[in-house]
Amino acid sequence: MDGNAPDFAAASHAALADPQLRGNFRRAMDGLMSKRAAQFADAGEWTGVRALAASVRLRALSKLPELLEKLEETCTRNGITVHWAATTDEANAIALDILHKTNAKLVVKGKSMVTEEMHLNAVLEKDGIEVLESDLGEYIVQLDGTMPSHIIMPAIHLNTKQIAHLFKRKIKDAESREDAAYLTDLARRVLRAKFQAADVGMSGVNAAVAETGTLCLIENEGNGRMCTTVPPVHIAFMGLEKVVEKLEDVPPVISLLPRSATGQPITTYVNMISGPRKDGEKDGPREVHLVILDNGRSNIYADPELRDTLRCIRCGACMNHCPVYTKVGGHAYEAPYPGPIGKILVPQIEGLEKRGAMPHACTMCNACVEICPVKIPIVEIMGRLRVEAVKPSGAVKGGGAKASRTEAMAWSGWAAMNASPTAYRVATLAMSKLGNAAPSSLPMLKEWTNVRTKPRFAGRTLHDLARAKGVPDV
Amino acid sequence: MSDARNSILTKLRKTRDAHPLTPPASDFAPIEAKQWAEEERLPRIRRLMEAVHTEFLDAAEADWPAVLHEFLAREGVGSLVYAPETEEGKRLVEGWGAGSTALIPYDRPFEDLKPQLFDSIEAGLTTTRGAIAETGSLILWPTADEPRTLSLVPHIHIALLRADALYDTFLQAMREQGWAQAMPTNVLLVSGPSKTADIEQTLAYGVHGPKRLVVLVVHP
Repeated sequence: MDGNAPDFAAASHAALADPQLRGNFRRAMDGLMSKRAAQFADAGEWTGVRALAASVRLRALSKLPELLEKLEETCTRNGITVHWAATTDEANAIALDILHKTNAKLVVKGKSMVTEEMHLNAVLEKDGIEVLESDLGEYIVQLDGTMPSHIIMPAIHLNTKQIAHLFKRKIKDAESREDAAYLTDLARRVLRAKFQAADVGMSGVNAAVAETGTLCLIENEGNGRMCTTVPPVHIAFMGLEKVVEKLEDVPPVISLLPRSATGQPITTYVNMISGPRKDGEKDGPREVHLVILDNGRSNIYADPELRDTLRCIRCGACMNHCPVYTKVGGHAYEAPYPGPIGKILVPQIEGLEKRGAMPHACTMCNACVEICPVKIPIVEIMGRLRVEAVKPSGAVKGGGAKASRTEAMAWSGWAAMNASPTAYRVATLAMSKLGNAAPSSLPMLKEWTNVRTKPRFAGRTLHDLARAKGVPDV
Repeated sequence: MSDARNSILTKLRKTRDAHPLTPPASDFAPIEAKQWAEEERLPRIRRLMEAVHTEFLDAAEADWPAVLHEFLAREGVGSLVYAPETEEGKRLVEGWGAGSTALIPYDRPFEDLKPQLFDSIEAGLTTTRGAIAETGSLILWPTADEPRTLSLVPHIHIALLRADALYDTFLQAMREQGWAQAMPTNVLLVSGPSKTADIEQTLAYGVHGPKRLVVLVVHP
């Protein structure tokens, strides 16, 4: 996906033509939506906790530089080594440096979207380091040589049969059994050996607490605990927005995240890490590193409207409820973050020149805004990015990339026509007489008629008809 | 990389000061309002945890080692790793009897016990610092005496829960136990055995962590 700009239109057409893929997503998203709804049956509770969680995120953003400094101070006091990276290249270099110093050959990873953003696995493999994803979904996707199609359920695009075939092909001694319990147990056997042998464990961070220097990680499988407990070195990666002020700010976030994501009251494990193994303790890693990544986030933060993008707690509920995502699936976006949050986050990180199509892959139905647990105005930000793509304010990378003289002229013509009664009368009259003669292959009309029938113009304008009925002109 | 640090912080500070943000007050009342009567908490915890395949045993302070002994024998569990320096560890070994489940003390660094933990030890016993009614979660507070891998690596995790240490919410437990003043290396909430739904939304238990979670409730 590096180099050329991803072609969302082509990728989504291909996805739409794949009935298997569409079926897999439709079933999964329907299940996730109904499970989530059951968790928020009490509207008063949802409204109250949601307002609280939004306030927690906004308070963190209002003090972001101070909280990051505080986090660095408390983590350092706890024995965690803190690293800062402005770009993904810097973050990859930090990771490689730690791995070289510890002479690491095998890395096990828990789920981390930030490392997807960094393409860390490819960087490590190029350096001759074996890296294994341990979240079952991520493991499946890694074996398949693809990328996650959902931030919470990475392998949601595949069904049991497809996964059984994949395991049979890729895992030694695997039996050909289309049985989730068997396949899960098979992955357990493979990965347990790797957890034992790994030199370094890597993870993401769901929330980092400035007050106490604590890294919170939630998960169901126990792989996150394995990666952060068993290997002698643990490296955690976080986007710089993931900080919260106080330990008490964690429960509201944890209350909404799993319920929004998968409809569970809570994940099996809520893991809070506040340092490496202390003297006298018998287990836990000897070293814990925290890599804080910017990668364009400080740009997003600079604009008071776009800043709301950084409230996100990465629950993925916006994907589950998005009519576009459900139809085309996660891979069509060719981005680490697909769906509604991806459509506002990725163009801001990677630039509108490369990602200009993403903010347009939206019907503006507002479903994502209604279910967002931290009340991100996703659709408003989407609208803003569409404007930035043609009328750049300088706030977004690649602003103005979609500016077109024809389009600008068409709109100024439209504005002039609607501002003058005479021009309006002449134009509508012309349209009613000549509109049907215009070929559907006209440059701008083509965009519409490519996929839709050309509308037929009525012989008489609405004004004309109204006048004939005796409605007076104003 | 301190260049990155300073440039990031300077930029954040400058742009925030240019457009300050006033957050709404954080009103914790919607979480504080979640309360259950004392007699409702344990049944609720049990119902929520059983829904995700957690098993429960009931015992009294006087006989919990015997109840555990009987359970392990019935299930044919060959070995149990435990924390020998804790009060509960000491209680456990009193009169355990030979010929039953082998007790293995976690009395050395993880590295020295790692092969056994991964390959042969079948169960691990830990205490808890209580449980949470809202979500059905155990609070695990690993210490130097009671390492975190006890509840992670063996296939069966047995957790001792005192029936008088129940909280309404995560927030209440954290406040009443004063967590923010003294966070240990690792704190955990555990709400069931390890599970996944990553294969076509089908729930499967025992992916990477324990396949079984057994809560041994000690009634006062």
